[in-house]
Amino acid sequence: MAAAATCGTGAGSTASVASAASKSKVTSFQRRGPRASGTDSGGLRLVSIAGTRPSVRNGQLLVSTGLPALDQLLGGGLAVGTVLLIEEDKYNIYSPLLFKYFLAEGIISGHTLLVASAKEDPADILQELPAPLLDDNCKKELDEDVCNHKTPESNVKMKIAWRYQLLPKMEQIGPVSSSRFGHYYDISKRIPQELIEASNWHGFFLPEKRSSPLKVESCSLTHGYLKLLQFIQNIIYEEGFDGSNPQKKKKNILRIGIQNLGSPLWGDDICCTENCDNSHSLTKFLYLLRGLLRTSLSACIITMPTHLIQNKAIIARVTNLSDTVVGLESFIGSERETNPLYKDYHGLIHIRQIPRLNNLICDESDVKDLAFKLKRKLFTIEWVQDNYLRQERNIYPPGFSYLLKQKDSAWGEGSLQHSTFLMSFLAKATAFASRLVRHGEPLKQTGSGRIRQAAGPRLWHDGRRQEAPGFLGIPP
Amino acid sequence: MFPELNNLLNITPDRAEQGKLTLLCDAKTDGSFLVHHFLSFYLKANCKVCFVALIQSFSHYNIVGQKLGVSLTSARERGQLVFLEGLKSSVDVFFQANEEPHPLQFLREANPGNLQPLFEFVREALKPEENGEAAWRCPVLLVDDLSLLLSLGVGAVAVLDFVHYCRATVCWELKGNMVVLVHDSGDAEDEENDILLNGLSHQSHLILRTEGLATGFCRDVHGQLRILWRRPSQPTAPRDRSLTYQYKIQDKSVSFFAKGMSPAVL
Repeated sequence: MAAAATCGTGAGSTASVASAASKSKVTSFQRRGPRASGTDSGGLRLVSIAGTRPSVRNGQLLVSTGLPALDQLLGGGLAVGTVLLIEEDKYNIYSPLLFKYFLAEGIISGHTLLVASAKEDPADILQELPAPLLDDNCKKELDEDVCNHKTPESNVKMKIAWRYQLLPKMEQIGPVSSSRFGHYYDISKRIPQELIEASNWHGFFLPEKRSSPLKVESCSLTHGYLKLLQFIQNIIYEEGFDGSNPQKKKKNILRIGIQNLGSPLWGDDICCTENCDNSHSLTKFLYLLRGLLRTSLSACIITMPTHLIQNKAIIARVTNLSDTVVGLESFIGSERETNPLYKDYHGLIHIRQIPRLNNLICDESDVKDLAFKLKRKLFTIEWVQDNYLRQERNIYPPGFSYLLKQKDSAWGEGSLQHSTFLMSFLAKATAFASRLVRHGEPLKQTGSGRIRQAAGPRLWHDGRRQEAPGFLGIPP
Repeated sequence: MFPELNNLLNITPDRAEQGKLTLLCDAKTDGSFLVHHFLSFYLKANCKVCFVALIQSFSHYNIVGQKLGVSLTSARERGQLVFLEGLKSSVDVFFQANEEPHPLQFLREANPGNLQPLFEFVREALKPEENGEAAWRCPVLLVDDLSLLLSLGVGAVAVLDFVHYCRATVCWELKGNMVVLVHDSGDAEDEENDILLNGLSHQSHLILRTEGLATGFCRDVHGQLRILWRRPSQPTAPRDRSLTYQYKIQDKSVSFFAKGMSPAVL
């Protein structure tokens, strides 16, 4: 766990202080036990549902989106009773991933699923969910995939304190427990069949619902939306997610996933013309869905091809009616694909809206330039600025960009110190290069210990000194 | 209720003006903090409030209200507040066909053009009590928000008609106030919304317009507020005064400062 936490994955931060205190065991460092059984949750009334946690900011119950990095950006997770709208990328490559993460997280946490689609059979969607990374594998995978160190030491377990090794192992190894909030998934593997079979899910496949006789309704809702709303309302009512029959069984969360909402397959024409007849159908559906969600224990993810919607006004209204809005913008086919700044990424992720719940302000993160990257197994979100600095590090000598990064240093770009340093650096380098040419000296011979000792100010403190000994070896 | 905003507007709960229509408008930011302000302001001013809340649930307004020092639950119990929770009742209206007309009856209609039930609801809620002297000072109608009615299929003209009827009843007949929120769609070119916004700007006495910063997100300045008085409150005051302030929303209050005078910069 220590190794994973130092890699900056953020998973470690979920271990809450509250539950650690409730256990009167050896150390406060230990991982929270599986909460699903509910044996050790003494006074914690709110966290009695698996896979949820209360928000620090507003006390609202949160569920994970299945992507811990996204959870963090959204202020800890997705609040129960709200809608997460994903604006699809142009070719719809990456948005289904977020959709599947959300559903897979529901299966792992034991939530009930409701999958609605007009394109694929929900059973097929479930088959393609990514496999969870088990607790013991997780560390290894994360080490490999997230922290891409080239050093051979990365395989060795980091040891922070030796005495903790002697303590008995508390972690439950096996099927990932719901003890943790938010899991990592391996998109190269499929979720185990038995997990799907054990889960409770409902599918809404629009073509199947067409067969039922068309009832003439007085309202202006498109047929597909109407059917879906009735379906959702039925499930919420029958399974008691609205709290109407709380005594019947344990409380659980309903996760609703709606794919490609607004696309022509749903029988909506907002993607085809700008001035369509039933342009209010989608917004009305969203409003009623919001009403259903707010009065029940459910959370909803919707992917929507907003780039297809002809009328920009509808997008603005849809955004106003959703709670959280996240936009994906892939680089495929755009100019940014060849931009060196973005060479490590597959697209940008825009956090467009974060809801204000029970509060005047929202948990808006300060970090804005976010990019995503689809690795072999993981979908990761990173700050583009990091990459920018990394590039800078390749341009400037090692250690120099560190100086630049120091906020209070006088070494800012464009300052006198900056240019003086660059000039002297360049002058030394040219002088050295010309000397090399003149004397025909081979590079490695200059790097003797004595001369290196005599080298000027020791600015560069990392491994590269060995790679380019000549630069440091210039006698003053 | 934010005391700083009261200072800017030169009002206090003790001496609230009457017969005014206030338009709240937000562009590229969220202006809902103004709704919370006016809700708590009028509750503290001992006015009878009818709140048509379409966009959020009751508990949300209640929790924020508690932070601002008013309890919506107790106000509702003692009859000071009439709360129409749009989200909750829309589901009921939509799924259960009731015989008696509901304020949000238009949800079931194919071509909703009629907000008459909603107006009847408002008039019934704010009707002065017949027995004895009035317990509350003046009636107030709050709507959060009018743009949503457009999303639900009501035409802009119908919404303007609704506002006109409400003005005639609440502002003129009952000498009360109205506060409505409308989103400015900005560059989205929402024609109907523009009609609504322009029509209301033409009618209202006070316009509070919040805008996001043109330079984008900032941690210490959340946006700027423009105050536009359409009519001078005193005959001597200059006409059409317009003021611009920047603001930062905090946990329980909002601080306002002149442009570029954020404490973080100084």
